[in-house]
Amino acid sequence: MDIKKQKSTLRKNDMYWGYLFIAPTLLGLLIFYIFPVFQTFFYSFNDWGDFGSYSWSGLENYEEMFANPEIWDSFRNTLIYAFVMVPISIAISIIVAVLLNQKIKGLTFYRTLFFLPVVTMPAAIGMIWKWLYNADYGIINHILGWFSIPGPDWLTDPNWVLISIIIVGTWGAIGTNMVILLSGLQGIPKSLYEAASLDGAGPTYSFFKITLPLLSPTIFFVAVISFISAFQVFDFIFMMVSPTNPAIDSAQSVIYLFYHYAFVIGEKGIAAAIAFVLFLVILVLTILQFRLQKRWVHYE
Amino acid sequence: MENISNTRKVVIHALLIIGSIVMVGPFLWMVLTSLKTVGEAAQIPPKIFPEVFQWSNYKEVFSSFPFAEFYWNTFFTTVIKTIGQLFLCSLAAYAFARIKFPGRNFFFILYLSVLMIPPQAFLIPQYQIIANLELLNTLTALILPGLFSAFGTFLLRQFFMTMPDELEEAAKIDGCNHFQIYWRIMLPLAKPGLIALAIFTIIWSWNDFLWPLIVNSSPDKMPLSAGLASLQGQYSTNYPVLMAGTFLASWPLIIIFMFFQKAFVEGIALSGRKG
Repeated sequence: MDIKKQKSTLRKNDMYWGYLFIAPTLLGLLIFYIFPVFQTFFYSFNDWGDFGSYSWSGLENYEEMFANPEIWDSFRNTLIYAFVMVPISIAISIIVAVLLNQKIKGLTFYRTLFFLPVVTMPAAIGMIWKWLYNADYGIINHILGWFSIPGPDWLTDPNWVLISIIIVGTWGAIGTNMVILLSGLQGIPKSLYEAASLDGAGPTYSFFKITLPLLSPTIFFVAVISFISAFQVFDFIFMMVSPTNPAIDSAQSVIYLFYHYAFVIGEKGIAAAIAFVLFLVILVLTILQFRLQKRWVHYE
Repeated sequence: MENISNTRKVVIHALLIIGSIVMVGPFLWMVLTSLKTVGEAAQIPPKIFPEVFQWSNYKEVFSSFPFAEFYWNTFFTTVIKTIGQLFLCSLAAYAFARIKFPGRNFFFILYLSVLMIPPQAFLIPQYQIIANLELLNTLTALILPGLFSAFGTFLLRQFFMTMPDELEEAAKIDGCNHFQIYWRIMLPLAKPGLIALAIFTIIWSWNDFLWPLIVNSSPDKMPLSAGLASLQGQYSTNYPVLMAGTFLASWPLIIIFMFFQKAFVEGIALSGRKG
């Protein structure tokens, strides 16, 4: 039949266009992303010698990795960072978003200010905070001095350095979270609040019974992306904490150590093993979050 | 939320002002420090304003580092990556959303899986590819992997999915091929998505740090971010000069943001809704 024939040439035509359109990105992703992942996995079972030579060494890199306290520390630091920074930054972002979702003057102005760190490069953020944290001349310890609080050595005291890093990470994350949450808030029908207030509900009741449940899908989305990016924290830590810092063991993140092993001392096999274990940790936590969402996320 | 009482308004403003000070204070302190002498910066108690504005700190940054090159490298790579991603991602996104071809779902899942891979899992081989092509310390090294984005394809696909079929049918009857439909009809309609992707790419490319640190160690091929790291290496405790460099590295994006802030904010919010 003629029509059938026409249809099949059309379909063939579609096929060519489809492949043609995805070809450039597909090739790029295969060469620069997909194939390299398998290569990294392979490298994690190899020992790296000088001049880029490598030889099969089985599980040696993983054994070496798990026997190395420095690497354990970096995983511990990163986990603490993520599990403290993400909830705090989301809580603050929700408060800011709710405040900005009111009918008051100067909304755009406030929103602009809270968003500033998002468009500032993390390397610059690290530099700025390193100066603010300076133990001798830093403005933070000076301000604490007004209240007679002796400021700590923020970046060189092993007990404080991770807290300092968490503060900077939180400060930098509020802008993005706030904007996404604000757009979620704007999707909540105003009539619900009106009905609640007619029934005599106060703002606290409305917040916990209307705002939070209806915002929960957005909060879930923000939590997932925040966790993934928190596990990859590197830039501003690299700027604030140098390898010679006495508190380095309590400060370095997994990626910090990955960079050190892969590109400073050339232990690419161990670096690949680190990369893979981190990948697994992120994957398991993301799956866990999706599993747990039924308990607290309300979909209409 | 119709009538907010005046006391509530005052409380809200007070909270927002405290928050704003925390957000902006560090930037103001950076600018003020960048105009002080080393002695003034280290004074106790700190002086808020410098006696005389020390513009020489900025001169020092330019004279000891090729900052003009840093600007050009950052600007050029950002522009090319943004244009490249907009074109390549939208092409693939159009195919995934509007063309039926065998293996479409398979390839789409492949793209999605790239989204889940953290960067450290491909950095070592990426570095080797660049090294093998003898592209270390070139602008091409900074640009190449960043031209291809699974995220961008995914974001734009969500846009093309929502467009009505009628437009396409009409164009097909008029004898348009897929490229013409994509170029003349779909791209203009996907403008909000393209703007959102452009903003993401600009922020990410301008601020990218780890990749340039790895591939470009020669100063004249560094972007601003990596340049800052070497500035810190040289002026470890000269905070006025360091703050001048930090300001020079971050002001362009902040100014662009101020002008296009509505687009920035909407772009980020959009990714939350489409994601």
